[in-house]
Amino acid sequence: MDIHIDEIAKEFGKATALKPVTLSIPSGALVALLGPSGSGKTTLLRILGGLEFPTSGRVLFDGQDATGMSVQDRRAGFVFQSYALFRHMTVFDNIAYGLNARPRAKRPEKAEIARRVTKLLELIQLPDIGARYPSQLSGGQRQRVALARALAIEPRMLLLDEPFGALDAKVRKELRQGLRDIHDETGLTTVFVTHDQDEAMELADVVVVMSMGSIEQIGRPQDIRDRPATPFVRDFIAA
Amino acid sequence: MSDASLITPDARPGRPRKFRAATAEAAPARLALIGIALTGVAILILAPLATVFAEALADGWAAALASLTKPDARSAIQLTLLITAIALPLNAAFGVAAAWLITKFDFRGKAFLITLIDLPFSVSPVVAGLCIVLLFGANSLIGGWLVAHGLPIVFAIPGIVLATVFVTFPFVARELIPVMIEQGRTEEEVALTLGASGWRVFWTVTLPNIRWALLYGALLCTARAMGEFGAVAVVSGKIRGKTATMPITIEMLYNEYLSVAAFSMAAALTALALITLTLKTALELRHADQLAAIRRH
Repeated sequence: MDIHIDEIAKEFGKATALKPVTLSIPSGALVALLGPSGSGKTTLLRILGGLEFPTSGRVLFDGQDATGMSVQDRRAGFVFQSYALFRHMTVFDNIAYGLNARPRAKRPEKAEIARRVTKLLELIQLPDIGARYPSQLSGGQRQRVALARALAIEPRMLLLDEPFGALDAKVRKELRQGLRDIHDETGLTTVFVTHDQDEAMELADVVVVMSMGSIEQIGRPQDIRDRPATPFVRDFIAA
Repeated sequence: MSDASLITPDARPGRPRKFRAATAEAAPARLALIGIALTGVAILILAPLATVFAEALADGWAAALASLTKPDARSAIQLTLLITAIALPLNAAFGVAAAWLITKFDFRGKAFLITLIDLPFSVSPVVAGLCIVLLFGANSLIGGWLVAHGLPIVFAIPGIVLATVFVTFPFVARELIPVMIEQGRTEEEVALTLGASGWRVFWTVTLPNIRWALLYGALLCTARAMGEFGAVAVVSGKIRGKTATMPITIEMLYNEYLSVAAFSMAAALTALALITLTLKTALELRHADQLAAIRRH
């Protein structure tokens, strides 16, 4: 699914989180929103996911206006920075949550849900942890379970907020490759937020550099590295 | 002392030197602190508790039981249980709704609402009772109309329920608010992105996460609802066999020098509180692993 962000702006009371920004994301792309904290990147991601609504502007999914579409209808697989696994449920129930939440008519059979959860556990290479609780998992395992839970709803896009932020360097490297593999396998349009330029450059097809609620530059990692469009981008990349 | 002993304070083999943890106290200080705490508990909690039961059983079990099975006494026990059974679900629902509102949404006047929830803690229960009498008494506008339509509030059960609900209002909300603030909104947001409706999110994510806090709040609320005296004394009219709850009956019996009856009733009320506490402890033991899983995460 392609995403078009048309002059989206967001204000929280008197504070401006996003100045009008425009961005087109082609179907199947892996896009990084890169910037320091306060640059508006997470706000933009949450607007795509339907967790915030823009003060002005439009969001188009496959050319259709989706600005006011409810969070449930968007079918965006959202992975939070803290993973936010349901702590009172097993890993299995966490991953099955979205399928169980469907209205009865659209809900798969119990056996079908179990089959899909098992398949997702294999996809994230943790086939044996279905019966565990989130508190019994390592940080990296939690992150992968959160990803599997988001994928379970057969999302139209994948949105990740600082997906590797809380992990140590070694695990981070492994999971980067994991995300790349899952993206290539599913072909989902994927947008992730990061403040780590290495991560953005290494993983993304397209990097969107943001600062103070505006987009500074959009381009392939190589282009941004070779030809920074603004002094901000040059400083941020050099840092 | 040789220089070597400065480096290795106690080098004798087989006797590892004991170090005290930074937060621990020396033995005399520890003993003193424990002693003070135990004395306090004994004087302030155990002694009164023992006295209540001793006085109740002064004339033996039979006399105590006989006083509790008199019609007025039975009516008081039934009334107290009834009031608690009504007030508890009401305040659980109010408390969850208020805590949900305060912790999951941002709106104008939030600080004012929090203050309002705490109001019953700072207002004397007697004043609260008087307010209910003034508002719903037979001489007031609302009260007059209600009495005319056969629904008296004051000196009747609805008034006692109102007074009890008012006094116990903060317990559930106060237990829930810090827990829900600490948990934040992300789990709810995840559930929404996974397609769950708001109602489903509440039942499958919010409620399971707060159930222990809710239980504690409910138990505190129960204990207080059963024991409330001041506000109920004002609104109930203290009609024997009709609007006299257990605490009010205790006072009336005591004023009539019916010591055994008064203390038997007091012991019964205490026993109810102890049952509540036991229930809480039993639940905690039974679900210890779940409790730990929630807290560790």
